Amino acid sequence: MSVELFRIDDRLIHGQVVVGWGQTLGIEFLVLVDDEVRSNDWEQELYRMGVPPAVKVTFASIAEASDHMPAWLADKRKGIVLTGDVDSMARLSAATNGAVRQVNVGGLHYREGRKERLRYVFLNDAEAEALRGMAAAGVQVTAQDVPTGTRVLLADFAA
Amino acid sequence: MSERLTGIVLAHEAVAQALVQAVQAIAGTEHGLVPVSNTGCDRAALTARLDQAIAGRPSVVFADMPGGSCAFSAAAYARGHAEVRVVTGVNLAMLLDFAFHRDQLPPAAAQRAVETGRTSVTMVGGS
Repeated sequence: MSVELFRIDDRLIHGQVVVGWGQTLGIEFLVLVDDEVRSNDWEQELYRMGVPPAVKVTFASIAEASDHMPAWLADKRKGIVLTGDVDSMARLSAATNGAVRQVNVGGLHYREGRKERLRYVFLNDAEAEALRGMAAAGVQVTAQDVPTGTRVLLADFAA
Repeated sequence: MSERLTGIVLAHEAVAQALVQAVQAIAGTEHGLVPVSNTGCDRAALTARLDQAIAGRPSVVFADMPGGSCAFSAAAYARGHAEVRVVTGVNLAMLLDFAFHRDQLPPAAAQRAVETGRTSVTMVGGS
């Protein structure tokens, strides 16, 4: 498939995604699935500025992403699909009936109610449960911040 | 203007602290720079950290790289604060120059920082 990475990262489009993963995987398109950013032209403009011109950036709501997923999967170019939180990825996964086969938890930072699972992954109980739910549905869920980092199995950070 | 500008150095990990320490070693303690790291922050937490560092003062935020989380947070913050300007691609030369030219309005100081920073990037040596 041409979506090389489904990633959850609360910093959205930033250095680790664009430079770290983007350069390593040789991506040519990037999809940010975020209902809030999708409705904010100014934020979209800001995020576009951080991406090389050769990489096409698409902003989509979860509903739009569900509709377009077959086209992204069939795209000959390599791409990344990104959400800013667990819930959005879980909803996207559920809405696309198996299109999301692997999820990379890349960065979820501390907030009240979350507990540290890894240096770069903090989860509350509902988020951990949602990740386990995706895994139970057949999605391989792992954590890895950068391409050279160690891939951590779900059982080792959200059991 | 009555208040000298504050500079916020906003960068990944310990880069900001290191840059401010370097400025202090060269220019002394009256540099007006505050280091802020993005370590451990999502977007909201980094904006809160930035807001605390600026503390309502007219400021220039020196972010590390365009397209990074620091630059995004700074740009989003500045959109709602007229007395704050953002420069990306921070380097030591622009910070040192800023330390000695803080009696300006934020737009002029930011423009000066851009020019100083660009001028300082050059190839030296070789034949």
